[in-house]
Amino acid sequence: MAFDWQGLVVQGLNGLASASSLFLVASGLTVIFGVSRIVNFAHGSLYMLGAYLAWTLTAHGPFAELGGFWGFWGAILSAALTVAALGALVEMLVLRRLYQAPELFQLLATFALVLIVQDVALLLWGPDDKFGPRAPLLRGATEIFGARFPLYELFLIAVGPVVLGLLWLLLHRSRFGILLRAATHDREMVAALGVDQKRLFTGVFALGAGLAGLGGALQIPREAVTLHMDMAVIVEAFVVVVIGGLGSLGGAALAALIIGELHAFGILVFPRITLVLVFLVMAVVLVLRPQGLLGRGAATAPVAAPAPPLPGPMPGPLRWAAIAAAVALVGVAPFLGDYPLILLADFSVLVLFAASLHLIMGPGGMASFGHAAYFGAGAYAAALLFKHLAAPMEVGLIAAPFAAGLVGLLFGWFCVRLSGVYAAMLTLAFAQIAWSISFQWVEVTGGDNGILGVWPSGWARGRLVFFYLSLALSAAGVLLLRRIIRAPFGLALRAQRDSPLRAEAIGLDGFLLRWIAFAVSAALAGLAGALFAYGKGSVFPSFLGIPRSVDALLMVLLGGVQTLTGPIVGAIAYAGLQEQLARLTDCWRLVLGVVILALVLFFPRGLAGAFRRRDA
Amino acid sequence: MLHGVGRRGLMAGVAVAALARPAVSRAQGGPIRIGEINSYTAQPAFLGPYRNGWLLAQEQVNAAGGIDGRPLETVFRDDAGKPEDAVRLAGELVNAEGVALLAGGYLSNVGLALGDFARQNKKLYAASEPLTDALVWSRGNRYTFRLRPSTYMQAAMLVEEAAKLPAMRWATVAPNYEYGQSAVKWFRELLAKKRPDATFVGEQFPALGRIDAGATVQALERLRPEGIFNVTFGTDLLNFVRQGNTRGLFEGRTVASMLSGEPEYLEPLGEECPDGWIVTGYPRDDLNNETHVKLRDAYRQKFGELPRCGSIVGYDNVQAIAAMLRKARSTETEAMVEAFRGIRFPTGYGTGEVTFRAADHQSTLGAFVGRTKLEGKRGRMVDWRYADGADYLPGEAEVRAWRPQD
Repeated sequence: MAFDWQGLVVQGLNGLASASSLFLVASGLTVIFGVSRIVNFAHGSLYMLGAYLAWTLTAHGPFAELGGFWGFWGAILSAALTVAALGALVEMLVLRRLYQAPELFQLLATFALVLIVQDVALLLWGPDDKFGPRAPLLRGATEIFGARFPLYELFLIAVGPVVLGLLWLLLHRSRFGILLRAATHDREMVAALGVDQKRLFTGVFALGAGLAGLGGALQIPREAVTLHMDMAVIVEAFVVVVIGGLGSLGGAALAALIIGELHAFGILVFPRITLVLVFLVMAVVLVLRPQGLLGRGAATAPVAAPAPPLPGPMPGPLRWAAIAAAVALVGVAPFLGDYPLILLADFSVLVLFAASLHLIMGPGGMASFGHAAYFGAGAYAAALLFKHLAAPMEVGLIAAPFAAGLVGLLFGWFCVRLSGVYAAMLTLAFAQIAWSISFQWVEVTGGDNGILGVWPSGWARGRLVFFYLSLALSAAGVLLLRRIIRAPFGLALRAQRDSPLRAEAIGLDGFLLRWIAFAVSAALAGLAGALFAYGKGSVFPSFLGIPRSVDALLMVLLGGVQTLTGPIVGAIAYAGLQEQLARLTDCWRLVLGVVILALVLFFPRGLAGAFRRRDA
Repeated sequence: MLHGVGRRGLMAGVAVAALARPAVSRAQGGPIRIGEINSYTAQPAFLGPYRNGWLLAQEQVNAAGGIDGRPLETVFRDDAGKPEDAVRLAGELVNAEGVALLAGGYLSNVGLALGDFARQNKKLYAASEPLTDALVWSRGNRYTFRLRPSTYMQAAMLVEEAAKLPAMRWATVAPNYEYGQSAVKWFRELLAKKRPDATFVGEQFPALGRIDAGATVQALERLRPEGIFNVTFGTDLLNFVRQGNTRGLFEGRTVASMLSGEPEYLEPLGEECPDGWIVTGYPRDDLNNETHVKLRDAYRQKFGELPRCGSIVGYDNVQAIAAMLRKARSTETEAMVEAFRGIRFPTGYGTGEVTFRAADHQSTLGAFVGRTKLEGKRGRMVDWRYADGADYLPGEAEVRAWRPQD
């Protein structure tokens, strides 16, 4: 093909328009995170609400009657302001109560909001995609180098820098902004100086929400408004924020620019790259620059938070109750129907999965947003052995933890060098890369159609036997984890989490400890994945998709990260609730969201923490 | 919104009924229970109308005396778009709800997972919507039957029309997953057979549901194709079309587009609907034969809106299952499988009888092929004809070679 630089310039403009849209959403997210340290999972939902509200306001009510230029822009701005007000409300009613909770716990609350908004939007606006009106004066296209280019895209290209400029003015030329920057830098100090934290936080959340709402509202002349907008945008927005450096506005702008342009040009060369591009970029950036492009160095990172006391042994009566429940489960199983046995086998697998994540989240002190990668690695190891070598279940179950452990060693080597949200996002990047391999390497993995026929060996095919097998292996896994946590290795792991400097001073190698923990955790997740595969008879890329990673995270957080009981209780509670609700109502997401929200507000130490509170 | 509340009430009703009668009731004279699994929360726009069509047909079958006096009863379940959940729910429906057969499926991988569950557990699975060819060919099995015209069939219908046109340089745009990849593969292969001189100058594979429409349109424009084969649908289609219209991508070009003539996809396009695309679909408003008019009126009366393509699929699947049950006179799986092979039933399209081929368990339900046209503020299908599925399927000997023999 002839080299046509004109075409490339136009493609560059397309990249700028996408970058601008992306920046609007990401800017709100980064502002919120910078000050409140909240990982706002609901940011995509606010974006979606902005779009739906703008659609409604341009079609109905006073702005629709006004029509024309003022009607349209009035509707867009009102939508953004409404979302800002909603954001303030959410902060005051929910998040404000959770600032003292452990890190990432707010993520649970914001995830509950995601679920609630999904169903509320469906109820209010119906399931059909909506097309908004085109913007007055900006309907058509202009000719650039012989290609028609939409005026509205040109306008969007301008909006990004304008918003960036306005935010800069706000942050540097207003009292509110100066306080914000101070709080981003050192929250405690600002509080000590007598600044009203509550108002500051409410304000910043409203600001961030408003930016998300504006981002959504501005999309309606160019994209359809759909119920999937929230999920489509949230992950990319996070990636932009992290690549740019958490809390850095300039970084977010730079990252949005990079992503937008790489995407626009990437599809010219590799049309199938879209699935994984942003995650590849994130992985490269984080491996080379662990604090993102413009993020501040580790100097401001963890200011020695008081370490939570070591949890004592489980209180006597509770321990006996747990043992009794386990014995009862084994004894009762033969009298249960097939379906309860299927469910119980699923629950055992999920308990092991959650418990394996707990090892790195609790004692390890690292979060993982991509734990499904190892679950999936185990499942795919079993399925690939079956597909290509016709290996029986026994072989698959032995090989799976090794395969997943190896993947864990590989990914972990990069991830455990980072800390906090950066580490978590790097795990997400690797998980998405693994996911896209399972999705795109059709010849080997079967692509999204998966690998079928991965059923257990003859002797384990009965529901009862398979349940006992799942229970036995999961219990063995959990007991192994318990042993590890209480062994010197586990204590050393805690030591490097609570006080890296002192741990180093007594000769502990933090990197090595975290790396080994990561691999062990991956191996056990892999065992869970293989069991799950045999239970379902098939393996799909969704086994290592983001939703499964999020599920694991929610189970651990819901149960509480302090003790190993947490993920066990959390897994059963979360999976059980979801299963029951999905059978009872179409609105199960709404109900589940409300229940999680209630649990979060009443048990900020997790479900297992709630049981222990008295004797703690 | 009103019908949404209605659906929820109905689900709750079914659920309560299910709770009230947990014991498996297989007594003669009791209802015949069907377990229906679909991605209701993940794809509400397509599956709401589908469930309505299903319920309408079930009501009509039951009003006409059911199956030898036994009414049909359906237990609906939501798999949230995850194949592993679908398999769990299949276990629940078979073991706890005592359903005689399974049905449903929208996403291809959910359909394949259910098909494999059916094979493993020797239960009948009447797949409704999944389009993947693998379901009846490379991964077909004795217990799985599929109603809707498959990816291959829809692509073949478009190729027939596209081959008549002068366009030689083709570019393709398809969502990056199995359906999109297969559609592109078949379109290329089948077009090359009819027009050996046709060339394919490039392809775009945006991620499903996350198309960057501006960049994609521009990338296609750079290729200067004479024809474009489009497989995007839903949100991607809307965004693609709006950007394509603004940038003049479709002007003076032939466009062949999978499924875009279905009301599901045509209606949300509104006044963006492009003119003159060759599409497969369902010209609901102009299909005025007696059977279809009756169905359309009954549907509108019951649900207060017009049916969509999914409604017909749901309606036809119940008709097919009812016909099969009447012939089988039993709810034993093997008897039902034998009855299903070669069963004939009238489609709600009113275009005559449809049969399930014994060789590959694919129904011969067809689709309508026509052109899009913008009239006023909405698009519709014109110059359409019914393409009988039987004419667009490979021969039985050929598919036998593709199917694992069981």
